[in-house]
Amino acid sequence: MLIAIAFYILAFTAIAAAFMVVASRNPVHSVMFLILTFFSAAGLFILMGAEFLALLLVMVYVGAVAVLFLFVVMMLDVDFVELKQGFLTYLPIGAVVALILLAEMILVGAAYFSGETKGVVEQNSDRSNIQQFGDVLYTQYAGAFEAAGLVLLVAMIGAIVLTLRTRKGVKTQNAMDQMARTREDGVELVDIEPGQGLG
Amino acid sequence: MLIGLHHYLIVAAILFTIGVFGIFVNRKNVIIILMCVELILLAVNINFVAFSTHMEPVAGADPIAGQIFALFILTVAAAEAAVGLAILVVYFRNRGNIAVENIDLMKG
Repeated sequence: MLIAIAFYILAFTAIAAAFMVVASRNPVHSVMFLILTFFSAAGLFILMGAEFLALLLVMVYVGAVAVLFLFVVMMLDVDFVELKQGFLTYLPIGAVVALILLAEMILVGAAYFSGETKGVVEQNSDRSNIQQFGDVLYTQYAGAFEAAGLVLLVAMIGAIVLTLRTRKGVKTQNAMDQMARTREDGVELVDIEPGQGLG
Repeated sequence: MLIGLHHYLIVAAILFTIGVFGIFVNRKNVIIILMCVELILLAVNINFVAFSTHMEPVAGADPIAGQIFALFILTVAAAEAAVGLAILVVYFRNRGNIAVENIDLMKG
């Protein structure tokens, strides 16, 4: 019973927040509702027994991606009221496509579950979720794991290369020059007679 | 009132639909479109995890595989958000707005 209540609260929060992401006028609010959506989804993951992924979702999305979105939204000086124009123009076609998609998915689900299918069982493993993860992630899926790391590396380099720019007329540090300096270039020892100064 | 697999699948379907709907409705705002892509990927992830946690253990098929794949989808989604936002920033620097309708100016 408690699980059912938790499920319905989390599910309705997630769906309502997802709708507000789409419908909100202010993109900053959209990002906030996106965070709420992911948080509720993390709750659903915990209900399903996938604690590790739930925590990962909170860390990656709430901690990194949402902040990235927020950063970009606030950095770009865009007239967001103008961008919202056309909402009503595209509303009918969007609603039609969305309803058809939803109807299709419900149809497939209903057809699947009405037929003779094997009963779905909850797993009761004595090993914790993260132990199960560790069992296969670094052995059976080691190659895919490395590939995921490579994808992240390429994305990081790509994002840096895309946004890096060298501006003219700005004083910057030249690291090579700095490292090539020797003691002889930089230091001059002067003997100063007492009472005369450098004059 | 037992919460079964289909409850989670319905939530995922609704989230997916909202994501597609958002892409259709917010034609002008790339940031919202990127967020809608994130929503769609989240819906896919919920499906993966739901099937993974409700799967009957079969010989030769580890149920945890679904969660492993959800992990990889999470990775790709994060990379996609980073690169997409970087492209957005560069586009804004060059043009001064982020209207999607004008992005096809480069087509031949």
